[in-house]
Amino acid sequence: MRRDQQTGLSVHGAHGVYGVRGMSDTQASTAIAQTVQRALAAHADRPGALLPILHAIQHELGWVPREVVPAVATALNLSRAEIAGVISFYHDFRSEPPGRTLVKLCRAEACQAMGADALAAHVKARLGIDFHQTRADGAVTLEPVYCLGNCACAPAVTINGRMYGRVDTAGFDRLVGGSES
Amino acid sequence: MSVTIYVPRDASARSVGADEVAVALAEQAARRGVELRIIRNGSRGMLWLEPLIEVVTAAGRIAYGPVSVADVPSLFDAGLGDGAAHPLCHGPTEQIPYFAKQQRLTFARVGVIDPVSLVDYEAHEGLRGLRAALACSPAEIVQAVLDSGLRGRGGAAFPTGIKWKTVLDTPATQKYVVCNADEGDSGTFSDRMVMEGDPFVLIEGMIIAGLAVGATQGYIYLRSEYPDAAAVLDEAIAVAQQAGVLGPDVLGSGRRFDLEVRIGAGSYVCGEETALLESLEGKRGIVRYRPPMPAVAGLWGKPTAVNNVVTLASVPIILDRGAAHYRNWGAGRSHGTLAFQLAGNLARGGLVERAFGVTLRELLYDYGGGSATGRPLRAVQVGGPLGAFVPASDFDLPLDYEAFIAKGAIVGHGGIVAFDDTVDMAKMARYAMEFCAIESCGKCTPCRIGATRGVEVIDRLLAGDRPRLQLAVLRDLCDTMENASLCALGGMTPYPVKSALEHFPGDFGITDAATTTSPGPGRP
Ligand SMILES: Cc1cc2nc3c(=O)[nH]c(=O)nc-3n(C[C@H](O)[C@H](O)[C@H](O)COP(=O)(O)O)c2cc1C
Ligand code: SF4
Ligand code: FES
Repeated sequence: MRRDQQTGLSVHGAHGVYGVRGMSDTQASTAIAQTVQRALAAHADRPGALLPILHAIQHELGWVPREVVPAVATALNLSRAEIAGVISFYHDFRSEPPGRTLVKLCRAEACQAMGADALAAHVKARLGIDFHQTRADGAVTLEPVYCLGNCACAPAVTINGRMYGRVDTAGFDRLVGGSES
Repeated sequence: MSVTIYVPRDASARSVGADEVAVALAEQAARRGVELRIIRNGSRGMLWLEPLIEVVTAAGRIAYGPVSVADVPSLFDAGLGDGAAHPLCHGPTEQIPYFAKQQRLTFARVGVIDPVSLVDYEAHEGLRGLRAALACSPAEIVQAVLDSGLRGRGGAAFPTGIKWKTVLDTPATQKYVVCNADEGDSGTFSDRMVMEGDPFVLIEGMIIAGLAVGATQGYIYLRSEYPDAAAVLDEAIAVAQQAGVLGPDVLGSGRRFDLEVRIGAGSYVCGEETALLESLEGKRGIVRYRPPMPAVAGLWGKPTAVNNVVTLASVPIILDRGAAHYRNWGAGRSHGTLAFQLAGNLARGGLVERAFGVTLRELLYDYGGGSATGRPLRAVQVGGPLGAFVPASDFDLPLDYEAFIAKGAIVGHGGIVAFDDTVDMAKMARYAMEFCAIESCGKCTPCRIGATRGVEVIDRLLAGDRPRLQLAVLRDLCDTMENASLCALGGMTPYPVKSALEHFPGDFGITDAATTTSPGPGRP
């Protein structure tokens, strides 16, 4: 279990390994192949196994590399196009490695009513990226999200899977601290 | 001296520091030699007071909130363990007016018990509905749910008993119960609060549904944005299996019911029941044509009862107390209670379970305390991103499915998002179209193309580019989306757009009142 740097709390739901940066290409493909084998071993026999498999892969790697498609397709007896279609359909599945810190900002109505648009403008300026972008140095990725179920404590944000509520611009700066640089 | 303190594990409470407060309480207690027991409960629903901690005293549970780590030493100094006075003290939790004036049926235990303690659950009337159901025939269970007047809480308000009867009457070797825990509607969090605060009531409701329709397997399709709910459900399911509540021999009855949680992947349309079934089957979440209805041919083509979390969680009390008890609450054809979710720009956001018939005004002012910013409220959006905007002049509208439909609005899942007078309603209308474009499953043109066109047309309108023409195009587009979309994503996105146009034409730069129209008829 990983710990959030700011709060010392455990982080759930986020990815375990931040992409495969810093590895050589062969090391990376071996790591990916092993991840896929583990995911298939754990889930391939379940009915409707594809989403659990993709979640397991993304949980370990932080994203779903293209090269996993053939092995998953073979294991589930589906076409590669079907697997690729599923990966691209769902907003959760990332086809690029995310930055080391993953920031998700709620853009939905209740958060808008409490200043989410201004917060979004601040966050983009502070991080130097727009939604759906990863900064060139790989430090941080910014994604929009449409409701985190925290609408009475708006605006809501998640940072590496941990959710924060009533986040204003100063609060956001405290939360990211220096971790995005 | 031994002290027991409840600190919520609810995701909202955690998002504003409940974990850190729990740690600080433990540290202070240790430093002062106080023997402390911390119970991580669900939230009482007074979310503006979170983290709200409760100390168990002879006079009942005493509430303090919102507590920050910095407050903890002073709370101990004041005599927290005895429920002593402190600026953050609200007295007995259940006497706080916000809570005391609610009618908690479905949420009776949420915030009260340890969510993963089956002992606690049974001590608070848990499993009584299931025991009653085990003594009934499937047809009798279906009849009780029918008689209760319970309608689906996921949005469409379809009578649950009728759906279950269809599943029961469709012969098949395998049937399923699927819980729709996708809760994609923005401004809503009641499903989350049940799952995090009282998971056994959902499990119990699903087992009863299984007994009623003849299903032995249940799935909970849970949105990926709710990792806390996933953790609580997994823990509760394991406890229920261990105790023989779930599994091959439900409470020694010889009846089987198994249950599994499946995690979604961030798609709003997967809350639509047929897209949800596609997703459970491991495919893209594309809406299916109907017929057949899922009740006849659902998951893997088998008869399937798909129900919302709150619908299923309302079933145990119906079986326990009887259909009449539930039916007697409410107004008109809206029976029972709804867990309203007060969100957005309100001083006191949270969850309020009340019988149908309560007015928007009561919810927004008596409970919600008016806006958080202190400015006048201008509009509310009820029922999620596909719900109409209701202007302040209509705040006396009672929360009742039919009363809302008559106004071209919906109650939906009961989310109420408030906006003060700084809101730009043209921007909200544009957002509604943008959201539809982002989340469209792409199966039908009016939605896939229409929503993107809608954004463009609103942009042109706001830029002052031939406004009359744009307005006519926008209206046409709304009509087409409403009439020709396969599901309510495309079919109801016009609701927020048209209601914004009707009630707030000035925000679109329209000054001529004659150019506006009334909103369309209710959801079919
Ligand atoms: C676009 C769209 C999204 C929906 N999202 C949800 C949802 O998140 N949760 C839910 O319970 N129902 C949702 N519904 C309604 C379901 O299709 C279905 O009516 C409901 O799950 C049935 O359960 P109920 O009768 O208990 O409400 C959605 C419908 C549409 C058209
Ligand atoms: S209305 Fe939109 S979401 Fe619904 S089926 Fe058509 S394209 Fe898909
Ligand atoms: S609208 Fe932002 S958390 Fe619900």
